[in-house]
Amino acid sequence: MGASGIGKLPRWLVAFTAVCLFLMHLPVLVLIVFSFNASKFAVTWTGFTLAWYRRLLERDDILHALQASLIVGITATAIAVTLGTLIALALARHRFRGRTIYEGMMYVPIVTPEIVTGISLLVLFVFLRMPLGLATIIIAHVAFCVPFVVVVVVARLAGMDENLEEAAMTLGADEVTTFFRVTLPLLWPGILSAALLSFILSFDDFVITSLVAGSGSSTLPLVIYSMVRRNIEPSINAISALIVVATSVLLYVSDRMSRRNEPSHA
Amino acid sequence: MTALDMPPQAAGPRSAPGNGLRRRALAWLAPRPQAQAWTLLAPGTVWMLGFFLVPVIVMCAYSVMPRGEYGGVDPGFTIEAYTRFLHPVYLTILERTFVLAVATTVLSALAGYPVAYTIARSGRWKSLLLFLVVLPFWTSFLVRTFAMIFLMRDTGLINSWLIAAGLRQEPIPMLYTPFSVLAGLVYGYLPFMVLPIYASLEKLDPALLEAAEVLGARPAARFRRVTLPLSAPGLIAGCLLVFIPSLGSYLTSDLLGGAKELLIGNLVQNQFSTARNWPFGSAASFILMIVVLAAVLVYLRLRPPDTVRGW
Repeated sequence: MGASGIGKLPRWLVAFTAVCLFLMHLPVLVLIVFSFNASKFAVTWTGFTLAWYRRLLERDDILHALQASLIVGITATAIAVTLGTLIALALARHRFRGRTIYEGMMYVPIVTPEIVTGISLLVLFVFLRMPLGLATIIIAHVAFCVPFVVVVVVARLAGMDENLEEAAMTLGADEVTTFFRVTLPLLWPGILSAALLSFILSFDDFVITSLVAGSGSSTLPLVIYSMVRRNIEPSINAISALIVVATSVLLYVSDRMSRRNEPSHA
Repeated sequence: MTALDMPPQAAGPRSAPGNGLRRRALAWLAPRPQAQAWTLLAPGTVWMLGFFLVPVIVMCAYSVMPRGEYGGVDPGFTIEAYTRFLHPVYLTILERTFVLAVATTVLSALAGYPVAYTIARSGRWKSLLLFLVVLPFWTSFLVRTFAMIFLMRDTGLINSWLIAAGLRQEPIPMLYTPFSVLAGLVYGYLPFMVLPIYASLEKLDPALLEAAEVLGARPAARFRRVTLPLSAPGLIAGCLLVFIPSLGSYLTSDLLGGAKELLIGNLVQNQFSTARNWPFGSAASFILMIVVLAAVLVYLRLRPPDTVRGW
């Protein structure tokens, strides 16, 4: 918007925005600050402690859940990114009958409420007599991650120069070689951000996971949920703070990596 | 440059002879663009059909079957689940969900538009402010909802500070009220409103505003007759992006609302956990999905044809 700066805006508008942005971050900031509070009842500051973090390490259920979450997140992301990238390549680089409809259909799972997706998968798994566990969680997570991967990778492909691929083919590389030597390296930042999005969607998911998890296997959000439900003690603040910090670090790293891989001649 | 002297097949080390299967497959695919596309589409499409479309169809089938005694369904056909939905109790839940989703959308729009407007014109502050809007996207929704509990419960931060400051004797009951659910939804979905509005304001050509100024339009008129109409696509997209997840919200009302604040999402979940009425739960779930898809279709109709793809 041209040369206009924040100084030219009406004061009330700037103040309103500042308050809104502050309120958007206040709850989580308060949560993190109080994860270091010595008082068990958590609302008055009685001194600094790391006890709540230490307590997390003593809880086997949390460590197991973390392990389950990582297994599910990594497996589901690997599958979703592979399937989604192939779909994105077809949508962006090939003409086929029904392409517009196919692209539109990709948005249906995105807008469908999680509770509907979760219930329908639960009904399917019970109908097929599939035992609920890590496998059903992974299947469900792939299903809700693929459309997001497609959207992210299609956007990246749209901004890529098709001439480079054509040049490789003209020089005698076949489709597979062109893909691995030209398309994939150029597409890498897009695939990376799709993978990050997919992993975080999977790692954070509660609603769908709670429906298809069965009784034996709990991911981290399921354990946190039951902690929130049962009693509120500062360990929840500690685990929440860790999740927020881990996500931010992941975001920062992926941002740096995708910048380094950005083609400089764009 | 030596590649030019060689036969084309030898140019890339990966296309060395000996990989006959790949060569034959590519040779077969070369004249068949449809087959090429579907080779890429097939694995993902099979997964999405099998684990998105088929489950919805099975759920739809369950909604018209008699209820099984211990959950599940018995063979047969009945539309009892749908007629049951017409009972005032369930129509109230439907209405409450709709009203709450509308209220969330309106409040988010009222708060989100000024924020997006400020960010779009904030000059060198822009990337920092955008980062602040995007950050909650990446923060666990469960964690953020718990943070709201931590602030709003009777022994929470707000109430204990009010009491400590002597402003109140008793805590204000905030949690487990319609207010806490509404606050949780607005807090949860506000970024969905800000980003599309920002995107459309960002594209707005400043020359149009200068033209309006030269032609004598005052600031209020310039906003009403130039800025607002041109950012309408972003505003409408933002409303959709807030309205849809609010309609289907489950976690927010589950944790922040009491038993009195039951929404459709919670009704669906109850039928599968405690009530063990799978046909009714399936029917409620199917109705929720239809309402959401209808909202998307209304949006596609409202959307001006020149809107950027994706928003």
